[in-house]
Amino acid sequence: MYRYDEFDDAFVRTRVAQFRGQVERRLSGALTEDEFKPLRLQNGLYLQLHAYMLRVAIPYGTLSSTQMQQLAMIAERWDRGFGHFTTRQNIQFNWPKLQDVPEILEALADVQMHAIQTSGNCIRNVTADHFAGAAADEIEDPRPTAELIRQWSSDHPEFAFLPRKFKIAVTGSPNDRAVTKAHDIGLRMVRDANGAPGYEVIVGGGLGRTPMIGKVIRGFLPKSDLLPYLEAIVRVYNLYGRRDNKYKARIKILVHEEGLEKIRAQVEAEFEQQMALSGGPLVAPDPAQVARIEAYFAAPELPERPAHSQNLSELLSLRPNLAAWVQTNTSDHRQPGYRIVTVTLKSIGEVPGDASASQMRVLADLAARYSLDELRISHEQNVILPHVAQDDLPAVFDTLRAAGLAEANAGLISDIIACPGMDYCALATARSIPIAQDIAKRFAEPARAREIGKMQVKISGCINACGHHHVGHVGILGLDKAGKENYQITLGGDATETLAVGERAGRGLDAEEVGPAMERLMDAYLRLRLSADETFLQAYRRLGAAPFKGAIYEEENADAA
Amino acid sequence: MAKPYLPKVVTANDLLRGDVIWLDAQGGWVRSLAEAAVFDTPQTAEAALKSAAAQVDKVVGAYLADIRLVGGEPEPVHFREEMRVRGAFANLDLTP
Ligand code: SF4
Repeated sequence: MYRYDEFDDAFVRTRVAQFRGQVERRLSGALTEDEFKPLRLQNGLYLQLHAYMLRVAIPYGTLSSTQMQQLAMIAERWDRGFGHFTTRQNIQFNWPKLQDVPEILEALADVQMHAIQTSGNCIRNVTADHFAGAAADEIEDPRPTAELIRQWSSDHPEFAFLPRKFKIAVTGSPNDRAVTKAHDIGLRMVRDANGAPGYEVIVGGGLGRTPMIGKVIRGFLPKSDLLPYLEAIVRVYNLYGRRDNKYKARIKILVHEEGLEKIRAQVEAEFEQQMALSGGPLVAPDPAQVARIEAYFAAPELPERPAHSQNLSELLSLRPNLAAWVQTNTSDHRQPGYRIVTVTLKSIGEVPGDASASQMRVLADLAARYSLDELRISHEQNVILPHVAQDDLPAVFDTLRAAGLAEANAGLISDIIACPGMDYCALATARSIPIAQDIAKRFAEPARAREIGKMQVKISGCINACGHHHVGHVGILGLDKAGKENYQITLGGDATETLAVGERAGRGLDAEEVGPAMERLMDAYLRLRLSADETFLQAYRRLGAAPFKGAIYEEENADAA
Repeated sequence: MAKPYLPKVVTANDLLRGDVIWLDAQGGWVRSLAEAAVFDTPQTAEAALKSAAAQVDKVVGAYLADIRLVGGEPEPVHFREEMRVRGAFANLDLTP
């Protein structure tokens, strides 16, 4: 894992000291809220509906056991004993008190973490594939790239006040688990015809009020040109991105309004200019620094193990719960004899993405013992143990089960993404959490969930779409309809490399109508599919929306008949 | 016909703790809507908001919220304030 150098450490510590002074001045009345607000936001401190909220970055989703232990300590000491993992690989503490926040930031700095650039119109936490460095389908680990971008974008003086926030995601696998096409910039690691490493650069994707699918601005960018090219894109955006209307200020609108060709020409011209500078582009990183970063992410030395574990096979035939969990919650590792474990923070009836301090400690201990000290946080609000030997899966499962973390539902209907919604968020127009809990309970029966198979339900509590509802197979958007919560359903969204925005099904539903509609929808899918191998998305694409809409609004159709 | 004026309360977040507070009749802050001062006219409500918002070393984000009186007790009209009254649905604080 990457370790801070003296520069990183000094930078973070200085910011903590500055913020401590700012809080003191706010408390003494020397700073008004108007003066203080931008300062606290620059340090990730929001004011929500019921309390302050501190958003802490987990760069590219990677955590060590020590860091997870520290998050548990913070949750217990300064919060209410839990934290919430978000769709952008952050953790949010929902109940800190203002005067404690400098202490929390200091405790984060002790384990090389911070809350800088988790708010505001700057380049935010860089996200990456949560299976990075472990996935069987990976071309190259995306994290050295993400770390390089983190260093380039941290406190970048030119990009501190962009027209709007700016999000970058990186994947090193052709199977896109990082939703790169829904980011301001998405990077896919590829190889050219000669096998040289580089990136496909995607620009102008995004969800929110105006969902857009990112477009390829450069099919192949040599690896060494990455930072000058990113600098060129963000410069063009900084110059021409709209500042007159915050709803039209993201780069997706610029690309949409100006056209990809024009933006590409501007970016390439800017890029050329930088490359032509005598002495090379300003932001070209020192190769020694790149090598240093790459060394931190070198593939771990895992002891060789046989591809097939006789011991595990025998246990699987004896223990159906373990077998079900291994089937749904583990994925192919690049090294034979190992699996990637997904621990879903989606136990039936719980809040998606929440983990208690004791659960965080269990996860940290498991990582230390069985996964080379490493954990990952996924945008799906789950925790990953990336390098677990097959022979260790039963022990990992048993420990998780004792901690209430062994729900065998990864990728299934109850593995729901839900933003905090109006239970916490000041911007919300409706609640998300109770809707997620209701759906999970309705499909709690494991056999039924498994029969339905791969199903992504994603819920947002307002049009900002933090819950990625646009790209859920079933998306649910909570709105305020004349003072009452109302939920709009979208169908057919896709969060992968074939990214698609779901289509609105029809009128919004009241909160209590959503669960029954989901049941009718799933029953219809099971009836309509060609075989158990045809996923919901495939069936939807084959048949179109009509039969599925019909299932959602069944009673109305019956009334009209 | 003009809509009848809905009575108002002043709500804000406490500067230190960030939690939800309500303005009472003495100009202090309470944590229960039942104890909040109710303003029946736009003039009194606006004046109360102005003086509340001026307490910059105590509160953040003061605003006027509609209420209705049920049996003499204020109740939220909008579910946003319902949520503010009830607190987060999940993970309630069980510590005293
Ligand atoms: S989608 Fe809306 S309600 Fe949900 S977290 Fe984002 S801003 Fe808040």
